[in-house]
Amino acid sequence: MVTQLFKYREMLLVVIIAVLLAAFSARSPGFARAGNLANIFNDTSILIILALGQMTVILTKSIDLSVAANVAFTGMAIGMLNAGYPQLPLILIILVAIGIGAVLGAINGLFVWKLNIPSIVVTLGTLTIYRGMAFVLSGGTWVNAHQMTEPFLQTPRQLVLGLPVLGWTAIIVMALMYLVISRTFLGRAIYASGGNPTAAVYAGIDVGRTRFFAFVISGTLAGLCAYLWVSRYAVAYVDIAAGFELDTVAACVIGGISTLGGIGSVAGAVLGALFLGVIKNALPVINISPFAQMAISGSVIIAAVIFNARQERRRGRIILRDRGASEQIEVTA
Amino acid sequence: MNQISLSEPLLETPLLEMRGISKSFPGVKALNDVNIALYAGKVTALIGENGAGKSTLVKILTGIYQSDEGEIHVDGSPVAFANAQDAIDFGVTAIHQETVLFDELSVAENIFLGHAPKTRLGFVNWKAVNARALALLHSLESNIDPRTRLKDLSIAQRHLVAIARALSVDARIVIMDEPTAALSRKEVDDLFQIVKRLKSHGKAILFISHKFDEVYEIADNFAVFRDGKAVGSGVLAGVAQDEIVRLMVGRSIEHAFPKVAIPLGEAVLSVENYTHPTEFRDITFALKKGEIFGIYGLVGAGRSEICQSLFGVTRPSGGTLKLDGKEIVIRSPGDAIKAGIVYVPEERGRHGAVLQLPIYQNISLPSLVRTSRSGFLRAAEEFALARKYAERFDLRAAALSVPVGTLSGGNQQKVVIGKWLATHPKILILDEPTKGIDIGSKAAVHAFISELAGEGLSIIMVSSELPEILGMSDRVLVMREGLSAGIYERDHMSAEALVRAATGNA
Repeated sequence: MVTQLFKYREMLLVVIIAVLLAAFSARSPGFARAGNLANIFNDTSILIILALGQMTVILTKSIDLSVAANVAFTGMAIGMLNAGYPQLPLILIILVAIGIGAVLGAINGLFVWKLNIPSIVVTLGTLTIYRGMAFVLSGGTWVNAHQMTEPFLQTPRQLVLGLPVLGWTAIIVMALMYLVISRTFLGRAIYASGGNPTAAVYAGIDVGRTRFFAFVISGTLAGLCAYLWVSRYAVAYVDIAAGFELDTVAACVIGGISTLGGIGSVAGAVLGALFLGVIKNALPVINISPFAQMAISGSVIIAAVIFNARQERRRGRIILRDRGASEQIEVTA
Repeated sequence: MNQISLSEPLLETPLLEMRGISKSFPGVKALNDVNIALYAGKVTALIGENGAGKSTLVKILTGIYQSDEGEIHVDGSPVAFANAQDAIDFGVTAIHQETVLFDELSVAENIFLGHAPKTRLGFVNWKAVNARALALLHSLESNIDPRTRLKDLSIAQRHLVAIARALSVDARIVIMDEPTAALSRKEVDDLFQIVKRLKSHGKAILFISHKFDEVYEIADNFAVFRDGKAVGSGVLAGVAQDEIVRLMVGRSIEHAFPKVAIPLGEAVLSVENYTHPTEFRDITFALKKGEIFGIYGLVGAGRSEICQSLFGVTRPSGGTLKLDGKEIVIRSPGDAIKAGIVYVPEERGRHGAVLQLPIYQNISLPSLVRTSRSGFLRAAEEFALARKYAERFDLRAAALSVPVGTLSGGNQQKVVIGKWLATHPKILILDEPTKGIDIGSKAAVHAFISELAGEGLSIIMVSSELPEILGMSDRVLVMREGLSAGIYERDHMSAEALVRAATGNA
């Protein structure tokens, strides 16, 4: 029964997170209180949403390094929009954020799809370009809290059933992404395109188009996060979320999403993000410096990769490749 | 030991002899008390079905595995191959099925990798590397430039480079593991010229092949393996093919080609003046209902390319396609699947299954373009489809939700075939359906193809194997250098006619 549960690496992550929470609350009573846990979840919401976008892209055997730059540019754009036109309704601003994010994601996707450029190269380029555009747009100035409207700042903080709207947004995105990934044709195409691109082509799936949509999803979620980020920290400037793209990749890797594509789940990405969230929130409580935090996150990432690689070796064996190789694999297995 | 000697014993001292070799892996006895002898200036054919122990033997001979029991003698004295380098030092070298060479390196670098001539300072002496590579290639009567990158060479030329590499280390014993699997007839002839030259230089050659015509053409001696045992060996001349087949399978195979005559129906697919910018031109044929339409030609004649463009992987630049009399345009494999055209690619491993996905998702994958409703999947239908084809092919798996990667090779093949048939195709394009599979499984595949044609499927079968083309096809399109070299009716097909048409020897 127990071994059955551990077949799912997601379960293992749940256990690890639970053990961490127990250990931290032993050092600092009250850490595992419901209120504090809701805080941690709320605090990790943006990472969860971005990690789900990143997961979609990674599943197709690609990577999106431009998510954080997308957040910065879109955040700057809507921050200025809010400051410049305070009468605009919030819903319109959020739609603009999602729209800009989707367009930036689509630009990545088009390069990958139509010009067949490796995604790491495309998004490394757009990472710089999008952040540069944020600077051009703002001229380097900041949009500060006092320039933003009340609904813009307060809406994500509203408590609904004890959890702020920000946290609820993450939950809704999780549900939607679960639906897309496991119940739609696009979701299946995403797994197939990453798992074996050639086989996907022969099965009638347009791999390039599938990757394009993965980038659009990632960009759309980045656009949404741009609003959430600027509202949460009540400031928009060129360097917001700098380096955050790596946190999204880290969350995916810890959550068991294979960087080679085709393997991973919504639950994995969410748990990976939560794991990072718990570490980030817990270590200051027990007086560990932020530098040690980084080292701990890094070690966990490597450990996760090693663990997942061992899992792969136990499961997905390639037998069909050719008879010579298959004989060897079968006997050594 | 049921060692059957079919002819007079060989008296000469072997260059290399393996005596009483056994090798076990957990759960399998891969080789059981096997003897084999290789003679200078002789080609010994090693014949056996998949899993007979051929590859294990090659790995022991090349020092990759070590035998549990038995000895290896070179020139009559016992030796031990503790690792691959030992085997090379004793002059054993292997040329593999898919040659293990480096695409981005030059021909000369590939030949001398690991043992390049050095200058006095210890740097690679490139002048000597290129000059010696050139000399070696000349000795093989090849005019490949040693500075060419390997990736620019044809498969046949790569084999030549592999052979040159073997010669560069002064190999005395050359193992050729299915060297002709990817070669056209013309290239096989060229390869055999080289094998003959190696023979005349006194090399001992171990030749592993599935193709009897080639074995009879090139080999002097033979050894047959079955289930890890050597079940027969001797001089090949005078031994009938049936006898060898009987040794291989332990029974005689009577009908290698279970071709069933099926009354042909109306034309299903009409291809008119189909043209591709670079690969083929003006191809015209009509595929009838229930027909097996063969496409024969040398590798590179444009056979697979036609099929890929019929399936929408590449786009033709001219010509028309009519399905049931109506003109259609196929822009993508998705279009083709919707139209009822399915292509089972040559490399079923690489192009076939998504190993990480569960069985049922693999089987339903090509059908999703048809069965999903406004972008949403319907799990119940997917399972129903998968269950149907899993039963039809007697698929052995714990559950339909386990990843395909956890299945055995044979069961993976069943999933791959099942997923194409699950699309309910009208037209099935098979690219080299039996390439690289053993003779027993081949017959099963052929029987299955006949059965499908009997059910009214129209089949296009690309093959490089003449017996298969002659045995299975109702009609054959022969291609040469991207052009049609004629369509032959079953009554007018002969091996000679097809080969002449394919090679252009009138």
